Amino acid sequence: MHQVEIATTRESLLDAPEMTLNMGPQHPSTHGVLRVILKLDGETVMDLDCDIGYLHRGMEKIAENRMYTMIAPYWDRLDYIAAVSNGLVWVETVEQMMGLDVPPRAHYLRTILTELNRIASHLLWLGTHALDIGAITILLWAFREREEILKIFERQFGARLTCHAWRVGGMPNDAYDEFESDVRQFINNFPKRIDEYETVLSENRIWLSRTVGIGVISGEDAIALGLSGPALRGSGVAWDIRKSRPYAAYGEMDFEIPLGENGDTYDRYLVRMEELRQSRRIIQQAIDNLPDGPVNAKVPKLIKPPVGDYYHSIEGPKGEIGCYLVSDGTQQPWRVRVRPPCFINLQSLRKLCIGHLVADVVAIIGTLDIVLGEIDR
Amino acid sequence: MLFALLAAPTLIDTLLLKFFSEQTVNYVIWPFIQIGLVTVITTGWVAYATYLERKISAFMQARLGPMRVGPWGLLQPIADGIKLLTKEDFIPENADRWIFFVAPYIAVVAAFVVMAVVPFGPDWAVITDVNIGVLFVLAVSSVGVLALILAGWSSNSKYALMGALRSSAQMVSYEVSMGMAIIGALMFARTLSLSGVVEAQASDSIWFFFYQPVGFVIFVISGIAENNRAPFDLPEAESELVAGFHTEYSGFRWSLFFMAEYAAMVVVTAVATTLYLGGWYFPFVYKLEVAGYHNLYVAVSVIVFLTKCGLLLYLYFWLRWTLPRFRYDQLMDLGWKWMLPAALINIVVTAIGVVVIQGLHNPTGMRTIKSLAGGLGLTLTGKAIAIAFGFGNLFITAGVLSLINWRSRDFNLKKQRHKIRLVDLPKGKPAVAPIAAASE
Repeated sequence: MHQVEIATTRESLLDAPEMTLNMGPQHPSTHGVLRVILKLDGETVMDLDCDIGYLHRGMEKIAENRMYTMIAPYWDRLDYIAAVSNGLVWVETVEQMMGLDVPPRAHYLRTILTELNRIASHLLWLGTHALDIGAITILLWAFREREEILKIFERQFGARLTCHAWRVGGMPNDAYDEFESDVRQFINNFPKRIDEYETVLSENRIWLSRTVGIGVISGEDAIALGLSGPALRGSGVAWDIRKSRPYAAYGEMDFEIPLGENGDTYDRYLVRMEELRQSRRIIQQAIDNLPDGPVNAKVPKLIKPPVGDYYHSIEGPKGEIGCYLVSDGTQQPWRVRVRPPCFINLQSLRKLCIGHLVADVVAIIGTLDIVLGEIDR
Repeated sequence: MLFALLAAPTLIDTLLLKFFSEQTVNYVIWPFIQIGLVTVITTGWVAYATYLERKISAFMQARLGPMRVGPWGLLQPIADGIKLLTKEDFIPENADRWIFFVAPYIAVVAAFVVMAVVPFGPDWAVITDVNIGVLFVLAVSSVGVLALILAGWSSNSKYALMGALRSSAQMVSYEVSMGMAIIGALMFARTLSLSGVVEAQASDSIWFFFYQPVGFVIFVISGIAENNRAPFDLPEAESELVAGFHTEYSGFRWSLFFMAEYAAMVVVTAVATTLYLGGWYFPFVYKLEVAGYHNLYVAVSVIVFLTKCGLLLYLYFWLRWTLPRFRYDQLMDLGWKWMLPAALINIVVTAIGVVVIQGLHNPTGMRTIKSLAGGLGLTLTGKAIAIAFGFGNLFITAGVLSLINWRSRDFNLKKQRHKIRLVDLPKGKPAVAPIAAASE
């Protein structure tokens, strides 16, 4: 409402046209190839439109022409920051459709590795978000810890970014020999590091004035827009698929969900920082109770889910990442549809940004934690 | 060896006098040698400031920084220079060519010319001692903003234009409080000549920082803002405006802007050192002069001066790599609602302090003033009063600024902040057990 008033008075008094500013697709802080078309009055955002699709690869269509096992690597390329979590939703969908009984050790390893991936993804978010707001050092500190996680991934999966971590029915191989000690070492050092980040940011006057009250969205609006993940929990809506529809070994874990009060950028920041701590807690429990046994179910030679459709979703680092799969009983799916958290979270950008300044647009894109690989698919 | 080197000015002097008249030597040749020396030293200082910044930032960020070119990457600035000089000089098609050409030179010249009045040391280590040196510094360094506006305007790019608009508003705002902050120090120095300011501090054996802590803080903050350095680097905020006013520049012209930025930093640190940290003055160094080593005395003083500048420069780097960036409106708030009132309060309190010191002075009883020959030469009692006023001003300023700003949103953000809640949701039915596929 406030903004509309500005528009009318300015237009009537000065007849000044708005300035259209193209932000992206080549821009340092649109987190990839997002193009934001801003209508500006001075530096105030009057209107905004997102142009996406610069990274479109037709993942869902490709999946229709591939066998079930061949589709899994494509999922790594959706949200390439969180390839492990993305891969999990695909294999779990197929497993559940086929009724495979995945052994508990595989479930526990999946829990540990997806939580590590959540930490890695949140660290990348923290670094880039702080970088967008101007604190450069945090980026490199966050990458220091992320590197430890990527080293674990490299030893476990053979790749750092696009891991291709899972197979239908379990894991490609058991955890490597020093897996437990590596993970323990990481989670023992990690709390100190989180405190370090918080020392630099949480109480910082400039950080507070840049994030408090910026990009406010109420819980009702967040639900109406379909937000999920930390963006939703920052507005105080208690929704976490790890709790409400537990998958892998989350049903046996003891952890809490952080909820914000005001739904602004600062709350989303605090929620994610707390999620780092909770993730660490989950890993600690999982590694303490890691059962022995096989890591693979008995999987038929040919993967042919029964005819029908199925939806499964998990709590990815950015929100609810889901897979809707329609099978016609052959070796290839008839239709695959991704429920992309970033794509849906990005829809709130216009609502969050209008009335703020250009600098806040960058902060809000950062706080939504988008990855263009998943938005464009 | 060292002494031979330091005796050189006298030797060169005698050598030159064989070929030229005394006037030519004194008014033409020596100034040119000095100008050359200062330019070379400043350029080197600027180049290695970039190296230092990269190293310091690297150590703050758990990295090593440049390590490949030369030992510890010491030749990195030279490699960078060669790279930038050999790059294509690209001019956008729709740019205003001539203005686009000229803008970087204005930036560099405005930054370097100030060096002419900066006293690097006593005697021959200052090119020219203008008796309105402080005004000269303020006037010339504000020409730098012209380069930014021209660059942003002529680039014909929206990002560059926005960067230029931001920078002009920012530099004009902070210039005001910067100029106001200096006045306090000048009341004690009683001169506008920069050399005179240093001599006032040297003859009184005190840094004006102790009389003027508030002024110093305002000057340094305004200086950082004036230089467009983080956390005030809005004109070139890379996360919003790509590179601000120099978005369209590349190669040599870009490197001129880069040099201008660092040279402007060096200038502000040099002026801050001169005004508040005693310039080239360091206790006991003058004993060299007494012992007859004049040139050594000057050289040591220059080193003292550069060391002080370096420490201030480190503050710049430290802030840049620690703090997030201000938003445009917050920057203006800080300039007009915090810095400017603080500078005005500083002037009033300092003026009262000076009047009180003069009023208490009694040739027969309590003596506060030693002499009025150079600056305001104070006795120990006088100094104590001045220092008390200076540091008391910290509290006065804090109080008045709180009164002015306590209603603004940013003032008590810490109190507005809210803890996040932690909830333990009831667990749903575990999906570990296989679920049959949906019916056909």
